[in-house]
Amino acid sequence: MILVFIEHKNCVLNKTSLEAITAAQSIGKDLRLPVSAVIPCDKDCALAHEIAGYDLEKVIVAKNEKLATYTPDAYADAWTEVIKATSPQYVVMAHTYQVRDFAPKVAARLGREVVGDCIRYRAEPPASAGGRSELVLTRRMFLGKLDADVTSGGEAPYFVTFQSGAFRGDNAAKGSSAVETMDVHVGDVRMTPEEPFQEAKASVDLTRSNIIVAIGRGIKSQENIALAQQLATALGADLAASRPICDADWLPIDRQIGSSGQTVAPKLYIALGISGAIQHIVGMKNSGTIVAINKDAEAPIFDIADYGIVGDLFEAVPVMIEEVKKAKS
Amino acid sequence: MKQVANKDAVLRISSDEKWINQSDVALQTNESDGYALEEALRLKEAKGDGEVVVCSLGPQSAKTVIKDALARGADRGIHIGVDDSYKLSPFQIASTIADAIRDEKADLIFAGLQSDDASYGQTGVILAEQLGIPHATIVIEVDRTSLNESLRIKRELESGWYQWFTYKLPALLTIQSGISQIRYASLKGIMAAKKKEIRDVTPTVADFPSAQKVEKVYLPLKMKQTQMLGDGDAKKGAAELVEKLKTEVRVI
Repeated sequence: MILVFIEHKNCVLNKTSLEAITAAQSIGKDLRLPVSAVIPCDKDCALAHEIAGYDLEKVIVAKNEKLATYTPDAYADAWTEVIKATSPQYVVMAHTYQVRDFAPKVAARLGREVVGDCIRYRAEPPASAGGRSELVLTRRMFLGKLDADVTSGGEAPYFVTFQSGAFRGDNAAKGSSAVETMDVHVGDVRMTPEEPFQEAKASVDLTRSNIIVAIGRGIKSQENIALAQQLATALGADLAASRPICDADWLPIDRQIGSSGQTVAPKLYIALGISGAIQHIVGMKNSGTIVAINKDAEAPIFDIADYGIVGDLFEAVPVMIEEVKKAKS
Repeated sequence: MKQVANKDAVLRISSDEKWINQSDVALQTNESDGYALEEALRLKEAKGDGEVVVCSLGPQSAKTVIKDALARGADRGIHIGVDDSYKLSPFQIASTIADAIRDEKADLIFAGLQSDDASYGQTGVILAEQLGIPHATIVIEVDRTSLNESLRIKRELESGWYQWFTYKLPALLTIQSGISQIRYASLKGIMAAKKKEIRDVTPTVADFPSAQKVEKVYLPLKMKQTQMLGDGDAKKGAAELVEKLKTEVRVI
């Protein structure tokens, strides 16, 4: 079978777990293996029934009072026991910060390692050929400059984590599954957690941004930056700029993208009124998806854009803000 | 600390298609490993006592990383010589390092979060497990004043969330890039480094049947064709764009 990890905080689901369910269901289909979900929790997790609404064999709540708050030691103990009790072929997880923290520990304890941060997989030979297939997983290397096809060696279980966005959470097949509680043993926990907290976003390291809204000369005045900021806020994005904007002191220098600024590769880069001089392009060309909005249809930024709008950004951006808010509500 | 290809290097895929031609790229210290060293040095300075030992596994060229660390202030080095170290899986790397440093009985082990080449992101965690000590990953702040039998550290969670943990020592921390400002090696440091000891370890790397195997590396498949939206109508284009961001780019 395949085990899929359900991540949560105080029984509130981390939505990337739905992506992991989709991934596990897809692999399960290709390898003809049933999928069960695992939720570590200190109680009869309130989330279990929500997860039981997906097409799974069962939902296993791994229960121990020490699992109330995440710690790598407690999670590793719980997972080790669940794996030993269920002997899965694959353990599938979303490549979250929490998973990066504990999954390699569990794998190592069982004499395995993690094929991590995968962006896709294929079954070889293909499932349609019948017979037994194994997974060829693709992961990024060299800061995204190269892709690598990777296979797992040795015997099961194989640990796989998928990058956020590699699968769609809303594609997880619905169904009805049984909920089972497994009381697990947790030994000495050698770290004491405090309450998680949120820090006010002060100066941002744009290299770690997921989404960037960048402005160029086309923004026209410092007052208009507020509009771009509204779009950034709606998208949960960071605001950045091309050199002229920072030279004019409309935004601080740490927001500058390009050869004299930062080099970034977010999942989504939205260029508003940026023509796309090479000095700017080198700083953002490796972004996952590039959107360009510019009045000039000949602007070089369109050469590297995945989506382009030729037109007035002051018409486009307010509509975008509204539509994004609608989509998110 | 690991030696990796320079960030801006032009990469050429090796003829067996399993790695890059490492011989024709400039090499550098892995970014987050540099921050790990810096954090170790700062902690030692705050305590006013102790020793920072830098360890690198890799071919002869990896000694450059060690020498640079010694010039920045590390006290001595351990070089675990493995020629084709890129062929090792993270479990093998961690186990080999564990064997080489176990007798050092370090109070704290600092490692980078992940390497900028293979990006396995687990060597530190496996190393901690091999040594039987607790670990924390993605550490973004170390409360140096808290150092005692334990240490208080701040972990980065997602979406701007953070969390403090207190760890009993010994422990292993993997450090996030940007945690502090990395110092330069001074001329004095460079001179002093020449007298510092580097212990050479020639390991026997055990086979590891469960190793993940790189079958093939290649340029990411990129078929960039710009979809023009709105047909000259910016408002219509904007609405279409948000729909695409939702259904195709999947960021909303």
